[in-house]
Amino acid sequence: MKFTEQHEWLRVEDDLVVVGITDHAAEQLGDVVFVDLPEEGTTVSKDDEVVVIESVKAASDILAPLDGEIVEVNHALTDTPAKVNEDPTGDGWFFKMKIEDLSALDEFMDEAAYQAFID
Amino acid sequence: MGGVCDAAMQARIRPGEWFAMSGLQRTALYDLHLELGAKMVPFAGYEMPVQYGLGVMKEHLHCRARAGLFDVSHMGQVSLRPKSGMVEHAAIALEHLVPVDLVGLKLGRQRYAMFTNEAGGILDDLMVARRCDDLFVVLNAACKTADIAHLHASIGCDCDIVELTDRALLALQGPEAEAVLETLAPGVSDMRFMDVAIIDTLDGPLWVSRSGYTGEDGFEISVPVERAEALARQLLAHEAVEPIGLGARDSLRLEAGLCLYGHDIDTTTTPVEADLAWAIQKARRSGGAREGGFPGAARILAELDTGAARQRVGLRPEGRAPMREGTALYAAETGGDPVGTVTSGGFGPSVEAPVSMAYVPVDLALEGAKLWGEVRGKRLPAEIVRLPFRPSTYKR
Repeated sequence: MKFTEQHEWLRVEDDLVVVGITDHAAEQLGDVVFVDLPEEGTTVSKDDEVVVIESVKAASDILAPLDGEIVEVNHALTDTPAKVNEDPTGDGWFFKMKIEDLSALDEFMDEAAYQAFID
Repeated sequence: MGGVCDAAMQARIRPGEWFAMSGLQRTALYDLHLELGAKMVPFAGYEMPVQYGLGVMKEHLHCRARAGLFDVSHMGQVSLRPKSGMVEHAAIALEHLVPVDLVGLKLGRQRYAMFTNEAGGILDDLMVARRCDDLFVVLNAACKTADIAHLHASIGCDCDIVELTDRALLALQGPEAEAVLETLAPGVSDMRFMDVAIIDTLDGPLWVSRSGYTGEDGFEISVPVERAEALARQLLAHEAVEPIGLGARDSLRLEAGLCLYGHDIDTTTTPVEADLAWAIQKARRSGGAREGGFPGAARILAELDTGAARQRVGLRPEGRAPMREGTALYAAETGGDPVGTVTSGGFGPSVEAPVSMAYVPVDLALEGAKLWGEVRGKRLPAEIVRLPFRPSTYKR
């Protein structure tokens, strides 16, 4: 698993990049009450705002970590946004994207580097 | 009233952001907050707990189900002591600054009030309790310095204005608050909503009022700072009681339809626009025994007689997306100029839906009417509803 400085995790599954937020980010956000997901098929550029998360505290944006296409979103979050807090790195994933070259993931932090980043 | 929500909570933040906390004051419970695992944030010049381990949602629900303990020691506690020795004279003096009947306020009772300005706007909202020798006043933290200066300048000839910096203020709120507090302070169960009393405990007297800022039955307890931590620990020792942070305090008061100064009310809103006319008793209205005589009386009395142009209302957005403070409201799904603005909004954990308060023109302020709020460029529907969003459970 790889990590961005925006506290997203990236995991490759079936040649797609699955994106969610880290335990640390979920804890910082507090209880998530609403998730606004992008439409499947949307083409995005790195740092585009693709997801809005509303917690009991505030609205936050999730940025596209890379250029690519959103091919699948986690519709379960629409009805049960609390999954983001309950299982941020599992059932609480946001979207899957197709990117041109999976080696682009190499530029992101690994788990040890991310731990050092948040400490 | 109260001083709950801070800019940090309302702002658009990214995960992982935090806030520098230099030069902030601490309350007598600071060490206890840290021990209880609080996340501290700057609020009105104080370092305050925004949440504890349970998190905002569970803290909110716990307070509604059982009992919650809040540290509200950042709020201003002021004693207005009449120089004549007659508390009646302090009441007459303070009536020059608020549109509330304080002469008619009985001993041992408390009233909600607001300082108004010459334009009829609100400088702060406050609680005023009448006691034997003084009026005891509780002020919002962010406004207290200005309020105290205002009191000195306006009624300093009639009253000694003493800020009680040696006292902490705790709130115990929720359906089990009475049973819990009764174990430490026998007699509180005989109090009713908005009563104030000095209650003896084994550790010394407490100044108790049966009031709060959550819509729940409960108490606010003024205690000398040196006894505050021990009292908090005694209350927290009851398994019904959890510590509650500013985050849940904000969602609790929002569901209760209570105004937050600086958000739902400020110098640009009048008490009538804010739907606070209930706080202006007959004696101060047109034709009353002490009609007017407070700053902005001309405008406020006129609005009481013929209505204001706009009004604070409750809003229930359809769907789950909260409409937060600053959301522009429209009368139609497309086109037109904004007709109003959301002044507080978020998710109501007990309502299980987003809830907001907003100002809208009176001709649109009809229960059941539909408006549209622009959220991230999209106009989303919302229904105007009666406040509060959740019925209060005060023991009247």
